[in-house]
Amino acid sequence: MSVRPRIAVLVFPGSNDDRDAAWALGALGADPQLVWHAESELPRDTEAIVLPGGFSYGDYLRCGAIARFAPILDAVREFSAAGGPVLGICNGFQILCEAGLLPGVLRRNRDLEFICRDVPLRVERTDTLFTARCEAGQELTIPVKHGEGSWYADEELYEELETSGQLVLRYAEDCNGSVGDVAGVCNEARNVFGLMPHPEHAVDPLLGPGDGALLLAALVDAARERTFAAA
Amino acid sequence: MKVTVLVRPKAGILDPQGEAVQGSLRKLGFSVGGARVGRLVDLEVDAPSTHEAKAQVERMCRELLANPLIESFEIEVADA
Repeated sequence: MSVRPRIAVLVFPGSNDDRDAAWALGALGADPQLVWHAESELPRDTEAIVLPGGFSYGDYLRCGAIARFAPILDAVREFSAAGGPVLGICNGFQILCEAGLLPGVLRRNRDLEFICRDVPLRVERTDTLFTARCEAGQELTIPVKHGEGSWYADEELYEELETSGQLVLRYAEDCNGSVGDVAGVCNEARNVFGLMPHPEHAVDPLLGPGDGALLLAALVDAARERTFAAA
Repeated sequence: MKVTVLVRPKAGILDPQGEAVQGSLRKLGFSVGGARVGRLVDLEVDAPSTHEAKAQVERMCRELLANPLIESFEIEVADA
């Protein structure tokens, strides 16, 4: 029996990758549901959440800083505190950092340029549900498109995250000035993950690299397992 | 009460905007040893005293206006 696990894709005013994310998740076997930011509850049987890319609330003040007050974010906190998988892509990553669900902060790219290209990435950790389909050290090619994607943590926090194995994904070449070339981090419990590259834009080989499917399919796997566990 | 908040990139943190501004000013012929670019927020705060206004704005800074990982802030209350 094939089960399409329900994955909520949040939509903020200014989100623009929500439909791509939903399309990709659908293509990989999930039942994606778009959820407006003003909702206070997730759809019934939601087994994973994706915060998509875009420019929520016009990126006012700092990227992601206003979105963290969206009513749906309370439901995200509750869901993640209970161990539910949460993935933040680009602006979604920025929101999760500003909300304190992920460590660090995303800043203006070092060279002040908007970067839009395929980048090589290295998988540093495979002990997260998001990278369960990858091999340690595996190189993935996934596009980035951001002006504020330079991840920052001070030395102390960086060391701490390195030790606890939360630095999941790195750029395999210089990209935007991120500390340690970090492209994606997870929380301590390893059920919340954020990354600047866009796996949802790298799912169909017709459109370029298909490596994004490895990350998203792993999320669908995890969501499906939760569906079975709940049954 | 008028309160102004100055948000700055923390000392020691790379500020690419500031560097770009400094470079441009130098190209214009100005002798500039450094430039850092921050943010200014003017607020109209309802508070019974300067002390209370300052305390309120300090909370605003910690909860929203500045990100403590990368930014410092300074609060100026206009003389009544």
